[in-house]
Amino acid sequence: MTRGKYLKCLPLVILAVAGLFIAIGVTRGEVEAVLEKAVNICLECIGIG
Amino acid sequence: MKIRPLVQSLVLLGSNAYLKGFMGGRIYKGPLKGVCVPGLNCYSCPGALFSCPLGSLQAILAGWEYSFSFYVTGLLLGFGAIFGRFICGFLCPFGLIQELLHKIPLFKNKRAIKIPKFFLYIKYVILAVFVVALPVFAKGEFGVGYPAFCKFLCPAGTIEAGLPLLAGSEGLRKAAGALFLWKALLSAAVVVGCVVIYRFFCRVLCPLGAFYSFFNKISLLRIDPDEVRGTFCKMGLNPVLEVNSLECIRCGECKAHAKRRFAGRGSSAEVMANTTEQIIHSA
Ligand code: SF4
Ligand code: SF4
Repeated sequence: MTRGKYLKCLPLVILAVAGLFIAIGVTRGEVEAVLEKAVNICLECIGIG
Repeated sequence: MKIRPLVQSLVLLGSNAYLKGFMGGRIYKGPLKGVCVPGLNCYSCPGALFSCPLGSLQAILAGWEYSFSFYVTGLLLGFGAIFGRFICGFLCPFGLIQELLHKIPLFKNKRAIKIPKFFLYIKYVILAVFVVALPVFAKGEFGVGYPAFCKFLCPAGTIEAGLPLLAGSEGLRKAAGALFLWKALLSAAVVVGCVVIYRFFCRVLCPLGAFYSFFNKISLLRIDPDEVRGTFCKMGLNPVLEVNSLECIRCGECKAHAKRRFAGRGSSAEVMANTTEQIIHSA
């Protein structure tokens, strides 16, 4: 594969990996973990925790 | 109105549209918070409807439940592969805040101030140490660590969340101590840095910009170097050589500038060849 074609395919490959990662994360319950952190005031963010 | 400021303003307002939060010193607790926006926007900002990708990544890495976040990493990889640092130029609320700060006419000769090149690498160190290594490895007795970037460095947290929440809650004000003082001083320094230097935080400190920079050369959305001419770049780059480089935020201003200035003079390669010829002839 030429360098140009390789560079054109690379973002698509990364996108496919990204989709797979997101699907794995969702099935492992990571969205809930993010939600749980984000719906409570993050003391570290505001500088008191 | 130009398209970029319009998009930036819509993103800033859209991601912080929970106005009730600002009035009552509370934060939004709905299901949208399970989704991360691509740019830096603190999820403890009273107006935030979505989550910050960096905060979420650190929270999961620092927790006891998972050792790796497929979900947030997947989102970041996806955003990077499609946009690269276009996110910085168009979709990051904190990027817009910095641009507005730079418009404050406080110092003269701002353009003359240059950032030493090695400063640009600091953001990569912050990404590796504060966003990944410390949350993963610095864990306590119960296997729980802390989001080190949020805790010690992030000015978005202090400015977007700390100040409005502390202003609205006496309890939080009483709890603020040395750590808050440190973060407030650091944020003040970043604010001054941004008034003086265009997007100081992006260029020197932002680990999210550092992450997206790895995708800048390959992402689906890129600027055609052939449409770029001249030397106009607020990020201190040479657009002809460095558009789409690690530091380019794809603001497109060099392209717009070239359109106005070099209209009808051919492609960038032709303009460069003509300029070189003129220099040789005048020598
Ligand atoms: S470098 Fe960071 S703060 Fe700057 S625009 Fe990009 S994501 Fe936002
Ligand atoms: S090179 Fe062009 S697109 Fe990139 S940051 Fe500079 S002006 Fe913006």
